[in-house]
Amino acid sequence: MTEQENVIKVEDMTKVYQMGEIEVHALRGVSFSVRKGEVLAIMGPSGSGKSTLMNMLGCLDAPTSGDYYLEGELVSTLDDDQLALVRNHKIGFVFQTFNLLPRATALANVELPLRYAGIKENRRELAKSALESVGLGDRITHKPNELSGGQQQRVAIARALINEPAIILADEPTGNLDTKSGEEIMNLLLDLNKTKGTTLLLVTHDPDAAAVAERIIHIRDGRIEKEEVRV
Amino acid sequence: MNFLLNIKEALQSLNANKTRSLLTILGIVIGVASVIALLSLGEGAGNSITGEIESIGTNVIYILNGNTNEEVTNPKELTLRDAQVLSSSRRATAIAYVAPVFSRSSEITHSGNSKETAILGSTPDYQFVQNLTMAEGEFISEAQVEGRSAVVVLGPEIATYLLGRNTNIVGNTVRIGGYPYRIVGVTEAKGGSAFNNPDNNVYIPISTAQARLPHDNSIGQVQYILVSAVDAESADLAIQQIREVLRMTHRIPPRNPDDFTILNQQDFLAVAASITNVLTIFLGGIGAISLLVGGIGIMNIMLVSVTERTREIGLRKALGARKKDILLQFLTESVLLSLIGGLIGIALGWAISVVVGQIAVRSGTYLDVAVTMNSVLLGTLFSAAVGIFFGYYPANRAASLEPVEALRYE
Repeated sequence: MTEQENVIKVEDMTKVYQMGEIEVHALRGVSFSVRKGEVLAIMGPSGSGKSTLMNMLGCLDAPTSGDYYLEGELVSTLDDDQLALVRNHKIGFVFQTFNLLPRATALANVELPLRYAGIKENRRELAKSALESVGLGDRITHKPNELSGGQQQRVAIARALINEPAIILADEPTGNLDTKSGEEIMNLLLDLNKTKGTTLLLVTHDPDAAAVAERIIHIRDGRIEKEEVRV
Repeated sequence: MNFLLNIKEALQSLNANKTRSLLTILGIVIGVASVIALLSLGEGAGNSITGEIESIGTNVIYILNGNTNEEVTNPKELTLRDAQVLSSSRRATAIAYVAPVFSRSSEITHSGNSKETAILGSTPDYQFVQNLTMAEGEFISEAQVEGRSAVVVLGPEIATYLLGRNTNIVGNTVRIGGYPYRIVGVTEAKGGSAFNNPDNNVYIPISTAQARLPHDNSIGQVQYILVSAVDAESADLAIQQIREVLRMTHRIPPRNPDDFTILNQQDFLAVAASITNVLTIFLGGIGAISLLVGGIGIMNIMLVSVTERTREIGLRKALGARKKDILLQFLTESVLLSLIGGLIGIALGWAISVVVGQIAVRSGTYLDVAVTMNSVLLGTLFSAAVGIFFGYYPANRAASLEPVEALRYE
């Protein structure tokens, strides 16, 4: 396994939060790597450090110590604006609560990362084809409140894909959906992983959702408890 | 970030809270409108005063009692004799006419109509100094001054007020302070303002005024002396000659200060300018306070908005928004609020000053309300500046939010 094939490499990552006088050790030295195109699930009960790890991997927060390489670039030492750039270019977020802008159309929501990327031309067309690729080509002018939960999550996935990121970070993507829509969303994510080769990181506490992953990392008390490789 | 899209997005989010946005805008509207209205009213008042002073004429010189700049020991009052010396002095070559004025407020009545007004006692020269033309009859004559005649010359407006007409009234009698006076002339209408309207003036011989109008001055004293130079160019020379003559008659030793003050149009303009400047600053200041309050309103509402949209900010940051993107987004909103308010405020302020100007004209006060390009520009820039100034703090607060914290915010 060469460095190039590792889209993510985490070395001895720790995170300490200061809560008043108490130091909370959310991560106590986590190391792992993720291959390009892999489907990886990160599992753990609440309070395990799973969310903290996701924030670190999503470049939403900086680790206290340790190195984080994303596509070979050391990102754990970047400043705020550089991190914004990394999030914009390399990471696609899919949240449990969809997190769409309520006043904007599906199209405008999907266009948003392109705007922050400074892309001026063909934004509309790119956003439209992204929506078509998640099966929402006929809903582009709808606002979030005019769409079902499953449809809203599809918009969010289209938004996550628009900048062709290295990884998609899905935080409980099916948590707010009924079983049927949940299955559909999961299939869509796996489908995109197969067709586009986008690395997929699922953060979940639901074993059924994690079951689709090739590899499952179990987190407990800020450490990797075990790694489970599946077929 | 696309600029137009930014504005569109800001308008959408302002539109999402219509009532709130409108109320915030209203604060700015009131602020800008009051700045514009008060500034143009101040400017208008200044223009009126300046116009009036200019109507004095560049060659008219006022000599007043006393010296306001320097301490004078044992000052002498201006007298009729001073005026006589000025007009007869051979050295005073630049002086054309000299009119001493003794004026007192008194009641003038005719057949039940009465008015408390200033009665101007002067000499025949007054007509020439002030360029008065007669609509009918004659101005006060030398003989009437010498004879302390009970005669009066009326301005056309006061004549109409007292007698109901201003033609064919020579020979009629009016009463001033109880004494009967025969009307000998009516001046031509000149127009003027509430401050100084020659059409409302009442003229009597200066000797009659000193004898009959109640006062506690010694005989021969006058309030001021009006002098006209032979032409506008020789006004400065005339001032110099007046000074020389008066210093002689008042026996002022060399290097002692004058015990009188000489003012010409330029001096009055300077005084008026400093007064109207103070007035304009004062009025502008009142307007600025309301604009300040409006700005605080913007800051307040933007802070609420930032708190409400914490999650949105977190999401935008997760999607790659940099600090300055968020800053710009919220600044755009606050500047739009204040600019919209500013534009409406300019229109409203304009309307208010026009209406007030009309009311002033209707009620007889000449007020040239001037909404200048300056005040419009000031209104626009000021409101935009208010938007930036009061929007910056909330916008910066939004931009500085940690993405993790913001996304987790409920």
